[in-house]
Amino acid sequence: MPNQTLRKPAISISPEEYKALAQKYTPKPTLTKNILRAFLVGGLICALGQVIINIFSGIGLTPKEASNAATAAMIFLGSLLTGLGVYDEIGKFGGAGSIIPVTGFANSIVSPAMEFKREGYVQGVGAKLFTVAGPVLVYGIAASIIIGVLAYFLH
Amino acid sequence: MGLKRAGNQTVLFDNPPVILSSYAVVGPKEGKGPLGKTFNSIWQDQLNGEKTWELAESKMLQEALQGSISQAGIGKEQIDFMLAGDLLNQIVSSNFAARLMALPFIGVYGACSTMALSLALGSMMIDGGFAEHVLVGVSSHHDTAERQFRAPTEQGTQRAMSAQWTVTGAGSVLLGKKGAGPKITSATIGRVIDYGETDASNMGSAMAPAVADTILNHFHDLQCTGQDYDHIASGDLGTVGLALASEVLKQSGVDTGTEFTDCGVRIFDSTQDVHAGGSGCACSAVVFAGDLMQKLRARALKRVLLIGSGALHSPTSALQGESIPGIGHAVAIEA
Repeated sequence: MPNQTLRKPAISISPEEYKALAQKYTPKPTLTKNILRAFLVGGLICALGQVIINIFSGIGLTPKEASNAATAAMIFLGSLLTGLGVYDEIGKFGGAGSIIPVTGFANSIVSPAMEFKREGYVQGVGAKLFTVAGPVLVYGIAASIIIGVLAYFLH
Repeated sequence: MGLKRAGNQTVLFDNPPVILSSYAVVGPKEGKGPLGKTFNSIWQDQLNGEKTWELAESKMLQEALQGSISQAGIGKEQIDFMLAGDLLNQIVSSNFAARLMALPFIGVYGACSTMALSLALGSMMIDGGFAEHVLVGVSSHHDTAERQFRAPTEQGTQRAMSAQWTVTGAGSVLLGKKGAGPKITSATIGRVIDYGETDASNMGSAMAPAVADTILNHFHDLQCTGQDYDHIASGDLGTVGLALASEVLKQSGVDTGTEFTDCGVRIFDSTQDVHAGGSGCACSAVVFAGDLMQKLRARALKRVLLIGSGALHSPTSALQGESIPGIGHAVAIEA
């Protein structure tokens, strides 16, 4: 027989109690594992960068030229691996270790480019290219301007 | 004619609408999951020859809708209304599928609870005498959802342990006034409940109180308990949300009976690296249209309560720091 009395049933838990409960049941990030993997992957990427710098130095580039050429090579590699659909797997494993190096920056530009190509080259690729990398550029450039101005006056 | 409402928020059907047929289409990952054998069609890849993921999702929905019509063995012209919904902006997957179906169409948005909500609405239309046959369908697609709600799919990031994996799939059901099949006996329309969860990668926690509230009210309105059902399935709470909903119900003194489980927990297994489980409109839809309907038809399950769970936020509201409102809609199905 259906109940015809109105209202009352409400779950007996306060928002504060629920918050504590949710914290208890939400799995914690696997911090130690993530840090170790980030160290490993980040280290490997940087070691590879160093190998490329040494190769460029070996063929007669100055240290500064070799470093710039190696950065370009790493950006190429990051973009290529993103295009091949491999970099997101590396990122899933390595976390910050593959996001922080310049290959990660390449990934953050190429992945929206691939993603939004279907919306066209202007409103898609053009408009969405910096959705991920944009904040890094905005605050990176802003910080470098501030530091530059401070350095100019303090010297 | 008396009011068909019971208690606060439940409707009771005098002439329970019949589920004449159901059809589930899924993507490759879902096909490899533990319920793979229960789906009618498994796509080999996420695009299936379409130009975009959005078109692929819409085509998947069409396949499911057409599948349930042909399984019911009735003509398309006998269908009075089509109810459909999905997760994309302006529910485009459904609109585009409806364009090809050319049936009188009502678009429904209940986020991931859309299947249960549409079943409730379709049943009301039939029992209310407004329709003989109502076609219901919902879809979701992992890649369309990722690009709308989260990050570009090729971006190398780590997902939170509480995050869920949007199911690629579409589920459809054809409801009829008469015929053979499981019947929808009652439906409880949920209230929007918000306990302040702001983490968009912990949707289970955002939706659990709403699901618990709907179950509590369903039992209160019909003066029944979990023992009256063989199987109670929430839509896509995932492991975190299911544990939370169970705990909240226990604390509220509600007996959920022998089997309280979640479609999002069942659709993938632990080796599939989905973290807290599946989500999306298709999650509860394909598990219901596939596994649960098979068991109801075989009478292996006699009374099922399906509670679709929805997180009613948008990417904008999440960025603005708003908490995530949750909702749960329940439908009771008897073999």
